[in-house]
Amino acid sequence: MKLRDTLSLSLHSIASTRTRSLLIVLAMALGVGAVVVLTALGDGARRYVVGQFASLGTNLVIVLPGRAETSGGFVGAALGQTPRDLTLDDAQAVGQLPGVRRYAPLNVGTAELASGGRLREVTILGSNADLLPIRHMALSHGSFSGGAAQIVIGSVIARDFFPDGDAIGQRVRLGDRRFRISGVLSKQGESMGFNTDEIVIVPVDDAQALFNTETLFRILVEANSRAAIEPLKQAMSHVLKQRHDGEEDVTVITQDAVLATFDRILSALTLAVAGIAAISLAVAGILVMNVMLVAVTQRTAEIGLLKAIGAPAADIRHLFLAEALWLSLAGGALGFALGHLGSWAIRLAYPTLPAWPPTWASVAGIATALITGIVASLLPAARAAKLDPVRALSGK
Amino acid sequence: MIRLTSITRVFHMGDQEVRALNDVSLDIASGEYVSIMGPSGSGKSTLLNVIGLLDRPDSGRYELDGSDVTALSETEQARVRREKIGFVFQSFHLVPRLTAAQNIELPLILEGLAPAERKLRVDAVLDAFDLTDRATHRPAELSGGQRQRVAIARATILRPTALLADEPTGNLDHRIGAEVMALLEALHHSGTTLIVVTHDRELGARAHRHIAMRDGEIVGDEK
Repeated sequence: MKLRDTLSLSLHSIASTRTRSLLIVLAMALGVGAVVVLTALGDGARRYVVGQFASLGTNLVIVLPGRAETSGGFVGAALGQTPRDLTLDDAQAVGQLPGVRRYAPLNVGTAELASGGRLREVTILGSNADLLPIRHMALSHGSFSGGAAQIVIGSVIARDFFPDGDAIGQRVRLGDRRFRISGVLSKQGESMGFNTDEIVIVPVDDAQALFNTETLFRILVEANSRAAIEPLKQAMSHVLKQRHDGEEDVTVITQDAVLATFDRILSALTLAVAGIAAISLAVAGILVMNVMLVAVTQRTAEIGLLKAIGAPAADIRHLFLAEALWLSLAGGALGFALGHLGSWAIRLAYPTLPAWPPTWASVAGIATALITGIVASLLPAARAAKLDPVRALSGK
Repeated sequence: MIRLTSITRVFHMGDQEVRALNDVSLDIASGEYVSIMGPSGSGKSTLLNVIGLLDRPDSGRYELDGSDVTALSETEQARVRREKIGFVFQSFHLVPRLTAAQNIELPLILEGLAPAERKLRVDAVLDAFDLTDRATHRPAELSGGQRQRVAIARATILRPTALLADEPTGNLDHRIGAEVMALLEALHHSGTTLIVVTHDRELGARAHRHIAMRDGEIVGDEK
């Protein structure tokens, strides 16, 4: 018997038991669909978190004042010292290290922004021109050189204060100081709970004058490459320790480490939910086996007849395997469609969650459906092939 | 030709041994028309099944057209069954979900013929058996006589050397049964060996050679 005929004959017998076939296909489809949707959710969560980190900048090393230690408190506490503050000089010293692509000191505070009779309390970032490339922020208008009294405003502020779109070059007041707008940020939305559309970026010197402080909130450093991060981190700790009279009173963190941890946790979580969903596929496999066993019993006479007109046992076995193949193929395909439909619905309901099913999950879901279907039909197919034709013909 | 030598077939029913065939030896030449008669349980159906390679004897030797077929593997026996033997059953044994034409096509599919060739041969046989207008009907839509004609068409489409019929008219009324017998006899006239198992005396008498069985043994063989 030719493969083509095996496939078409088995398809014919599936079509003749429509309800039963549909139910199996549905069971299979739900299993595959569950794998696809759940991995889409898991992977979406992972991508969401990774994306949030990436929007902070790539190859980022961040210095914060104070020693974050889980055991004991910082060293200075025991000696009655307070940790030293981070200063602009610290930032410059760090910025000279090899392996640094660019660096940005950072001050954060709030002040009143006033212009043309409008007044608003805004979040202010004090930094230099490199802050924009480091934080992956872009300007929609103008430029930012970090020159004195120049500021960049977020898109929402620009819209609210200058609805005519003529913000560039306008003079505004921040607190008690006057500034000229040199650039407008393009729309970016939320990033780690921080809406960049409603911030004002000013040169770091002006910010320190505005907030009457000498200290920095953070130093952001972008390394040349991923490989440069670890040595740079060591060098930065070393330089800052020297500058701070041998005290390790700053914390240097890399977002890479945090990101990698989240990535690992969420990937494991995705695999776990995929595994749970795959259990439903195993259940569907058992269903296939049960239904095929019933089919063999119901079609005993037909199997006997096929043997009587000269079908070898192998042909009979192949017929039943082909039926399982069709059922699981249909189940897999329908499940794939259902899964993608479900993921689409999730993306529609939660636009911030990139719930795209990963390719490996779709492939694994369909492959598992095919394999369980065929494995489940091995026993029924073997039973059919082994039937004694004389007894089978008499329907026993 | 068919040559059975000391064929024994034993069934076990509980702890009882039933010798359905007890040391049976029989020669049937090509082109013969043989009836096998006997009461229920006399072993006549088992004999037909052994001849048709559906059942394996427990001992003895079976030669078909000069070669020993008892020792063949399951797959080889299936091929012999397909190419040399045609079966006709009392209850027709048509596949209910397939049309008449598809039922007739089954042996050609098992033989591995190409669809175009199959169509040609099925059409020719449908025409020869006067079933052309019933080609797309399912068995449930056919009369008993038509069903048996489809079954005979299926049994003979690969031109077997022997046609084995087990009570071929048992489910048909007298007139239709006579028609079916006439059809089988026409096939015999064209050279096919015809072996009919029946317990209808009138039917058995039409054969040219009459074999009588009882308790697994041949008790009469006359021409």
